Amino acid sequence: MPGRKGSGSMDKIIVENLSITYSDGVESLFDINLRIPIHQITALIGPSGGGKSTFLRVLNRLNDLADVAKTTGKVLIDGIDILDPTLDVIALRRKVGIVFSRPLPLPLSIYQNVSYGLELMGEKRKMVLDDAVERSLRLAELWDEVKERIHDPANSISGGQQQRLCLARTLSLQPEIIMLDEPTSALDPVSTAKIETSLIELKKDFTVIIAPHNTQQAGRIADHVAFFLQGKLIEFSSAEDIFTRPKDVKTQDYISGKFG
Amino acid sequence: MQTAKKSNVLKQLRIEKLGFSVLTILSIATVIPIIAVVIYIIYLGAPAISWEFVSAMPSEGMRAGGIWPAIVGTFYLTIGTALFSVPLGIAAAIYLSEYAPMNKVTQSIRLAIINLAGIPSVVYGLFGLGLFVIFLNFGTSILSASLTLSIMTLPVIISTTEEALRAVPQSFRVVSVSLGATKWQTIWRLVLPQAIPGILTGVVLGLERAAGETAPILFTGAAFFLPRLPNSPLDATMALPYHLFVISTQVPGMPIQIQYGTVLVLLVFVLIMDIIVTMIRSHARAKRQW
Ligand SMILES: Nc1ncnc2c1ncn2[C@@H]1O[C@H](COP(=O)(O)OP(=O)(O)OP(=O)(O)O)[C@@H](O)[C@H]1O
Ligand SMILES: [Mg+2]
Repeated sequence: MPGRKGSGSMDKIIVENLSITYSDGVESLFDINLRIPIHQITALIGPSGGGKSTFLRVLNRLNDLADVAKTTGKVLIDGIDILDPTLDVIALRRKVGIVFSRPLPLPLSIYQNVSYGLELMGEKRKMVLDDAVERSLRLAELWDEVKERIHDPANSISGGQQQRLCLARTLSLQPEIIMLDEPTSALDPVSTAKIETSLIELKKDFTVIIAPHNTQQAGRIADHVAFFLQGKLIEFSSAEDIFTRPKDVKTQDYISGKFG
Repeated sequence: MQTAKKSNVLKQLRIEKLGFSVLTILSIATVIPIIAVVIYIIYLGAPAISWEFVSAMPSEGMRAGGIWPAIVGTFYLTIGTALFSVPLGIAAAIYLSEYAPMNKVTQSIRLAIINLAGIPSVVYGLFGLGLFVIFLNFGTSILSASLTLSIMTLPVIISTTEEALRAVPQSFRVVSVSLGATKWQTIWRLVLPQAIPGILTGVVLGLERAAGETAPILFTGAAFFLPRLPNSPLDATMALPYHLFVISTQVPGMPIQIQYGTVLVLLVFVLIMDIIVTMIRSHARAKRQW
């Protein structure tokens, strides 16, 4: 059974026997078991259709919006089963933020994009919002580039800036877990590097889970790597182990570029 | 080979040019009758227009004086119709686009709404007579007529609003929910503001049709002639389209410019609605960031 061994750190997320079937009958995840450590970057790699996005969408229950027929197993975040139907999903989504693969700014100003989540919570004090916007934009390494035009439409900045804006928007809620689903797949190398720098900085305070858009990115930033293939978790261990001495031959084939 | 290709391209360009010319001629051909009608109305109606015409009560058996009560009546009826049909129509569209499950029942409701838009307006009139005037005992009144016009207007408002809501990208909704928004917060803060220009188009289309209809108000609220303005929603009222019908068919010796003057006023009434909505819409578009 794949599992991470020999780490003394605490586990933020514990997944046990997780299986997911979409209503078209596709079993997208099959008996997944893994433990995601706190304050580290965990990368989910694998060929297209392996179930990485599906897995991320479980963790903040965004799959509730999709056509999921059946979810079984357990997902514990800080010891609480988040698959519990009576769970407060709004609180969960504030705690587990997500950045999507395409920059998806809301049709609002730069400022309003970042303050949106807080305003949903009923926060109206301008001071609090101003502070949160600045802090989040600084964390996403975007503040200096947009501080002069914070009230411009969010689609007036470049794609790379938009994606960092999306990161800032996620950070504004002060989540504990940040998930990024191929966040740099639409970006140029410079913007990609900026995002990666932020992530390495961010892991001090957050638990980061990323589906990188290639294995090189996982190699650059990940502490732990999970290899998903056709809905199964093939291997999960430290980045070093995965890249230098993978246990499974399929992992080895994937990493050496034989498929995917 | 090279030349064959070239002549092929040239041939295609010629065909394209021809196609465009045909389309241009066709679109001009469709606009010409409309322009002709408007010019004809202005030509025959303009001599009747005076301050007295738009501000005085009719006199001498409606053959002289003004059409003030009909203007006021159409104004009241339009406002009354808007009061009922706009909130109800938008609410129904929100339900259909955002909440209703994707199943056969929802599909048939949607189909029924589209078909309702095709029902002759006189049928709505009879329905209003049965339901509002007689059964609910609202009498022949502005209230009954507005409700009848609302029912006629609802399908247009519902379909266009639903379309406008659906045009808002799904990704915005997913982002909003991922930031901890409830479904309603997402609709209220994100989807509706984006859809407002489209919704306004539907609203004004529906209300303009309501303002110009005769049959639905014929049995439910329109009065042949009233010596005073209505002073409660339970009063009957004169209205421009019905007044036009009356003076064109029921009053012998009616000066023609009064008929066309009335048409012109109705036209201007609708035009003013258009201008107001266009202004609101461009304001909303300017505020909208996309
Ligand atoms: N909303 C959905 N409805 C039905 N099936 C889905 C849905 N989303 C994903 N799937 C299916 O689930 C499987 C896993 O998809 P998923 O998007 O999680 O893979 P992925 O590893 O993220 O792939 P990629 O690298 O292409 O993003 C695929 O077979 C896909 O077709
Ligand atoms: Mg994916």
